[in-house]
Amino acid sequence: MKVIMHQPRREIEVSGPRSVKALLNRLDMVSESVLVIRGDEILTDDVRLHPDDVIEVRPVISGG
Amino acid sequence: MKCRVCRERAVISVRRHNAGFCRPHFIEHIHRQVARTISDHHMFGADDRLVLGVSGGKDSLALWEILTVLGYRVDGVYLDLGIGEYSSDGLRFSRQFAAERDLSLRVVDLGSDHGFSIPEAARFTSRVACSACGLSKRFLLNEAAAEMGYDVLVVGHNLDDEAAVLLGNVLRWEVDYLARQRPVLPTSDGGLVRKVKPLLRVAERETAAYAVLRGIRYEIEECPMAAGNTINRYKEWLNRLEEQSPGLKARFLLGFLDRGAAYFPPDPPELLACGECGRPTPGETCSFCRLKKVTVLRIAGRSA
Repeated sequence: MKVIMHQPRREIEVSGPRSVKALLNRLDMVSESVLVIRGDEILTDDVRLHPDDVIEVRPVISGG
Repeated sequence: MKCRVCRERAVISVRRHNAGFCRPHFIEHIHRQVARTISDHHMFGADDRLVLGVSGGKDSLALWEILTVLGYRVDGVYLDLGIGEYSSDGLRFSRQFAAERDLSLRVVDLGSDHGFSIPEAARFTSRVACSACGLSKRFLLNEAAAEMGYDVLVVGHNLDDEAAVLLGNVLRWEVDYLARQRPVLPTSDGGLVRKVKPLLRVAERETAAYAVLRGIRYEIEECPMAAGNTINRYKEWLNRLEEQSPGLKARFLLGFLDRGAAYFPPDPPELLACGECGRPTPGETCSFCRLKKVTVLRIAGRSA
């Protein structure tokens, strides 16, 4: 699947993870630090992912 | 995962409440959390004139939306700190938000009003960028609120911001800072405007989710000067702990405010008028004017 990352903005290919939780584990991220978004939907950790998904992993931490 | 309220599909899990929420019930939950914080801490009333520090990021824009929905009339003030594209994007998102909702936004420009930018302050003084930025924002927001006659300055500090600052203050036993870490910082006779933090019970992830679910466009990329920022590192540590122990951040912060803060009573110093700007300061010259003086002198020295 294609994963859109930020800070800096970039796209990476990730294959294998079948759930949001598994994707975050693969990226060594915790769900408290990001929103995982598909289209205009925010996804909870248990949502199943598909190989042709485009997923945005949006960080929520900011220094303000 | 199902919504705790209606059993429809949840769009967000709030693990510290052991709950999932669908879009409408999450939005309702956030409104309730903020209304409760305002009420519990007697932050402001319907007749107070409110001004919000707006950055174009998720927290300040989400808070502007929440307060407006709750029925408060809140004006915004945006500080242009001269941080290149980051500042111009923040201003664009803030202006767009205000225009779409017919809200009033005032822009304060550090460069044209004071002759320097935050990157220049970081380059020409011994302060790191985030320190120069923090003190400039505190000064400029208070100055704008005082000059325009507002009763209350509202800031978008969320639960994670406050928990991370608390962690830093505890790790270094900064007792003076612990005495000032409160949801409401009162008005002072010398010209400090009452400052309040209504997002105290709302986690950073929740303000981001709220912004996305309300269709609010905001600055996603982090400030380029904040790379390696200590507070962000503390936030990441706390989130790793939160993952193992949901609710830890809220217990840490709200427990401090409820039971720990009393051990660190406020002991406000006597404030004098700054010899340069006239704003309140415990010394002869306030830290903003000292920063400005050194930076502007060095900029002039470079260009001479």
